[in-house]
Amino acid sequence: MTPLLEIRDLRIEGRSDEEWHPIINGVDLTLGRGEVLGLIGESGAGKSTLGLAAMGYVRDGVRISGGSVMFDGIDLMNASTEEKRSLLGRRIAYVAQSAAASFNPAHKLIDQHVEAPVRHGVQDRGESIEDAIELYRKLRLPNPEEIGFRYPHQVSGGQLQRAMTAMAMSCRPDLIIFDEPTTALDVTTQIEVLAAIRDIVDQFGTSAIYITHDLAVVAQMADRIKVLLRGDEVETAPTREMLDHPREDYTKSLWAVRGYHRPEKPKPGPESVPILAVEGVTAAYGEQVVLNEVSFDIHPGRTVAVVGESGSGKSTTARVITGLLPPRGGVVRFEGEALPPSYRQRSKDQLRQIQMIYQMADTALNPRQTIAQIVGRPVRFYSGLKGRKLAARVDELLDQIEMDPAIYRDRLPGELSGGQKQRVGIARALAAEPRLIICDEVTSALDQLVAEGILKLLARLQDELGLSYMFITHDLATVKAIADEVVVMKEGRVIEQGPKTEMFTPPHHPYTDLLLSSVPEMDPDWLDRLLAERGVEALGEAATDKM
Amino acid sequence: MRNRTAATRIPGHRGEHGNLGSVIRIVLQRLALGLVTLLIVSAVIFGAVNLLPGDFAQAVLGQSATPEAVAAIRTQLGLDQPLPVRYAQWLWDAARGDLGVSFAQANFASFTGRVDPSATVLAQIGPRFANTMFLAGVTAAIAVPLAVGLGILAALWRDTAFDKGANIATLSSISSPEFFVAYILILLFAVVNPVLPSLSNIFPGMSFGERLEKTLLPALTLTLVVTAHMMRMTRAAILNLMAQPYIEMARLKGMRPLRVIWRHALPNALAPIVNVVALNLAYLVTGVVVVEVVFVYPGIGQLFVDSVKLRDIPVVQACCLIFAAAYILLNLTADILSIISNPRLRHPK
Amino acid sequence: MSLWIWLLGALAAIAALAWIGLWAARRLSGNAPRYRDMSYGVAFGYALALAAVAAGVWLWMKPGAVYFRWAVMGFAVCAVAAFLFRLAGRHLGPERLKRQFRKMPLTAAFGILVILIYAFVAIFAAWIAPHGQEAVLGAANVVPGGDPAMGGDPAFPLGTDRIGRDILSRLIYGAQNTVGLAFATTLLAFFLGGSLGLLAAVVGGWLDQVLSRGVDVLMAIPSLIFALLLLTIASVWADGARGLLTFYMVLIIAVIDSTRVFRLARSVGIGIVVMDYVEAAKLRGEGMGHLVFREILPNAMAPLLAEFGLRFCFVFLTIASLSFLGVGIQPPLADWGTMVRDLAQFINFAAFAPMVALAPLLPALAIAILTVGVNFVVDWMLHRASGLKS
Repeated sequence: MTPLLEIRDLRIEGRSDEEWHPIINGVDLTLGRGEVLGLIGESGAGKSTLGLAAMGYVRDGVRISGGSVMFDGIDLMNASTEEKRSLLGRRIAYVAQSAAASFNPAHKLIDQHVEAPVRHGVQDRGESIEDAIELYRKLRLPNPEEIGFRYPHQVSGGQLQRAMTAMAMSCRPDLIIFDEPTTALDVTTQIEVLAAIRDIVDQFGTSAIYITHDLAVVAQMADRIKVLLRGDEVETAPTREMLDHPREDYTKSLWAVRGYHRPEKPKPGPESVPILAVEGVTAAYGEQVVLNEVSFDIHPGRTVAVVGESGSGKSTTARVITGLLPPRGGVVRFEGEALPPSYRQRSKDQLRQIQMIYQMADTALNPRQTIAQIVGRPVRFYSGLKGRKLAARVDELLDQIEMDPAIYRDRLPGELSGGQKQRVGIARALAAEPRLIICDEVTSALDQLVAEGILKLLARLQDELGLSYMFITHDLATVKAIADEVVVMKEGRVIEQGPKTEMFTPPHHPYTDLLLSSVPEMDPDWLDRLLAERGVEALGEAATDKM
Repeated sequence: MRNRTAATRIPGHRGEHGNLGSVIRIVLQRLALGLVTLLIVSAVIFGAVNLLPGDFAQAVLGQSATPEAVAAIRTQLGLDQPLPVRYAQWLWDAARGDLGVSFAQANFASFTGRVDPSATVLAQIGPRFANTMFLAGVTAAIAVPLAVGLGILAALWRDTAFDKGANIATLSSISSPEFFVAYILILLFAVVNPVLPSLSNIFPGMSFGERLEKTLLPALTLTLVVTAHMMRMTRAAILNLMAQPYIEMARLKGMRPLRVIWRHALPNALAPIVNVVALNLAYLVTGVVVVEVVFVYPGIGQLFVDSVKLRDIPVVQACCLIFAAAYILLNLTADILSIISNPRLRHPK
Repeated sequence: MSLWIWLLGALAAIAALAWIGLWAARRLSGNAPRYRDMSYGVAFGYALALAAVAAGVWLWMKPGAVYFRWAVMGFAVCAVAAFLFRLAGRHLGPERLKRQFRKMPLTAAFGILVILIYAFVAIFAAWIAPHGQEAVLGAANVVPGGDPAMGGDPAFPLGTDRIGRDILSRLIYGAQNTVGLAFATTLLAFFLGGSLGLLAAVVGGWLDQVLSRGVDVLMAIPSLIFALLLLTIASVWADGARGLLTFYMVLIIAVIDSTRVFRLARSVGIGIVVMDYVEAAKLRGEGMGHLVFREILPNAMAPLLAEFGLRFCFVFLTIASLSFLGVGIQPPLADWGTMVRDLAQFINFAAFAPMVALAPLLPALAIAILTVGVNFVVDWMLHRASGLKS
């Protein structure tokens, strides 16, 4: 049987600043009928562009410079605009990454759903509305009869994503392109959406290309997986084969962080004074309470991971500790002494002891200062070193973060990669010679391999300098890798806390259980097992509760 | 980078009830804010005048006035009262339509105690206000459809020769002083090809056609400048809109370009375009001044400039107040209309 | 009425031309993709462009259309000058400069050329001008063109005004006065508004609230009107002293304009203050001075510089308008706005002596060209800063 989609030697270029740069360099792709292909790669690998090109569509400033795309025998490169338009939505559909941005805020969901079937003459409006409700029911959306008649901003993110999937299904297309549909969702929300997508694709026998950067997620959804790296194809193989026997080094490196594991340190003795003690902290922004009686300790030389989903208060806790948000109640102690609630009231030395590293390296470094200036300023500010001594210390710090001073001293942040910028952020924190470093989601914006490098660096620095870390993250794989203790937060409260091994073995608080079990594993059967465990009906109810 | 939109919890679904209330509330808040601003502005205008050396009476009567005449005028005008009282009095009078007496018109030297009706500020301003409104109306009627249409076209045909040409043309128009544009138009349409009159002397009792003919050239001048601003801002608003992901989604569903624009872009374009139009009509308030002077058009702008030269303080104050009120009103309208057209506010959670 | 019918007819003809042209192109090219996929709207656009060019050519041929020909020639001269200037910039000078010139659009090159020329004339006016700005020389109302038959005089290529002063010299000195004053006023406005705006952004709290509300109120009065109001009062204070009145004018416009600068500086400042690197500096314990001058200001330069250009244009136009109305720069100082008003009557001679009508238009054109030039440069700076990718 002829394959549904056949891409041969596709080359795509993008324009920036009047010049064309290659995005895809000669990629082949074959998709059979009813098959799901997973497309994996880092950000910038060209996955989205490839997915759109499979529909014969390119964005502004992008052009296809070579190769062919054949959809069911139709040559998309040479088809007329009108021919291509009649395929879009009817036989090939697209599910975007952000449902909130992809729905028109001025129209109801149902109106946007019926648009494609009516325009393509597949159904009339009445039929299409009924079909939509049926699809919503299949996708386990709450109140399927009336949810369609709402506006996009009245519906939550996970539900919108499923509504968009329903919209893609409206004409029963042969092929759906899923472009990172769950990347923007919380881990617990992701489960429902993954299950819904997989079931509906199964039910209708639709072919699909599932684009993501998360290998564990794609392992649940795809029959075959193709790995892309900077526009080149690295490896293509059936799912189980790729998970069990990856051939290329790059493929193996894709789940590096999951492979990295640091043994937990022994528990601190009873006389050990915590370097940081958060005691009953309650904080609010105006009327809204964001932290409620939060308490935990960090002992010297240890890493405490504070984990939770968005809105749990992890970053707010960091703001209270650093003094940016004076708490309404409770106190923060450093080495036993209470810290003044606002940073303005703290002494230089107190400020020096606690340093912070930020998530987004782009906004964390002053784009108009050289690396030497960024790292040198805290040194000069706290220790008063100048001239040659200052330069020597800066070089020392750059060595510590494994970046050659001769090359990087005079560079600007804009010339560095994400991982390098994050290292400079670490160096800046180290420059103050602190005792405690707060790492606020420092690896969340980085790709797996780079993230692993940063974690290893942080671990080495902790061993060498006896640093303590408060590691804020939402990614449980990272927690498993580097934490000594874990604090789980939800909606401003501490749900559970304890040493790592204890936390990862049951029994737990039900929320911790939910969080832990929601992390996709590198096993194609994981999702099935999880759904069976939780019971599909219960899944639907739990979904309504939380969403 | 992760976009943390998913965790917005919605406790219960309130649907579409209660939307009207919140919109009305916001509109009333804005109106109140506008009123307060107007009040404060009037205080500033009133207060500014009191920066004069000496006072009204002295300034009006000049150096040769006798102390008795000055004192008499002072009491008559209530200048011996404390500042806040005078301000309140002025405001109260203005609300009732009594804006005072024009210095230039009244002859204070032979002041008999009775005010000649034609000498009041209101009598001066009334008819001229109507004329300026007429001029503004004609300008808006031409400029708004032209600017919005051209702006939309320029956005749709981005980076084409049309867009680049329009960019240069509008930038040149914005950069030219109004009197330059005015004189060029006079040159082309009144002198070289005498199609329209270069002096717009309107008087009451004129037919509409004649009035329109005399107003056309000044209106065209204003149109050229206002259209340029409006077109650029409309273009920017539409470009911003067309870059939204939901527009791409509509295309990916196979919708034709016209339908994408009509059904997906325009409903969301209403708010920004209305905002742009109202803001630019507010600009008319200042543009009108120079244009009226060039064409000797009997409107408020010309009266204002003449009064400034004659140091006719009551008229200057009153004109200022009217201009400021119009400006505030238009900005307020822009604000309110853009709130009303925002779908998120019309159908809140 | 007949005009409307004529216009509608022309539009219909163009529409038909577009339709026929598209059909023919498709037939003749064998339905090549370029024409097959072209929408009717685009074809109409091409037809419209063709009609415009045709109209332009017809207008050029008309004997009486002197101004049109001059305008087209002037435009061509500007385009060529800009092109040559940019070419020179791409091949001469330090490497960094060459790179800028390579990416620059023609309009920005024109703008920079204009700014350079005006700056030169403004600074060296005294050496360039043939006569003094206040010197009353010979006959009054000599017509421009230097043609004795029309009433001109070769000694005064641009003629004289009604008091007998040389227009060319006054035009040159006008650069010094008008542009110089506008520049000084803008600098003052920028200092005032910029520093307060950045301060409000960094300090926040009640200072920010107070300043912002104050600025809101001041901005609620249209600037020209407010300026006229304050100038009325200032004129009583100055009581005839011209220098003093000009000084007051500069002060008034600077204060009024500083409100706009405040708004921009504050919004730029706030955008930067929320960046993590500023937070990191605050947490270090850095003082206000370091925060403003080392962390925030370097990152605010680009938008601030662009705003300086825009503000200069606005101030420049305001001063010219005020002078035109008679309440700005006072005689006998040569100023472009006043010159336009003084020479306005010459427009009436345009029908039989086209050169003559140029007299009032020249100073106005001088104003417009500088503003256009600065606007082009600012446009390019903003375009570059926003990192627009196609």
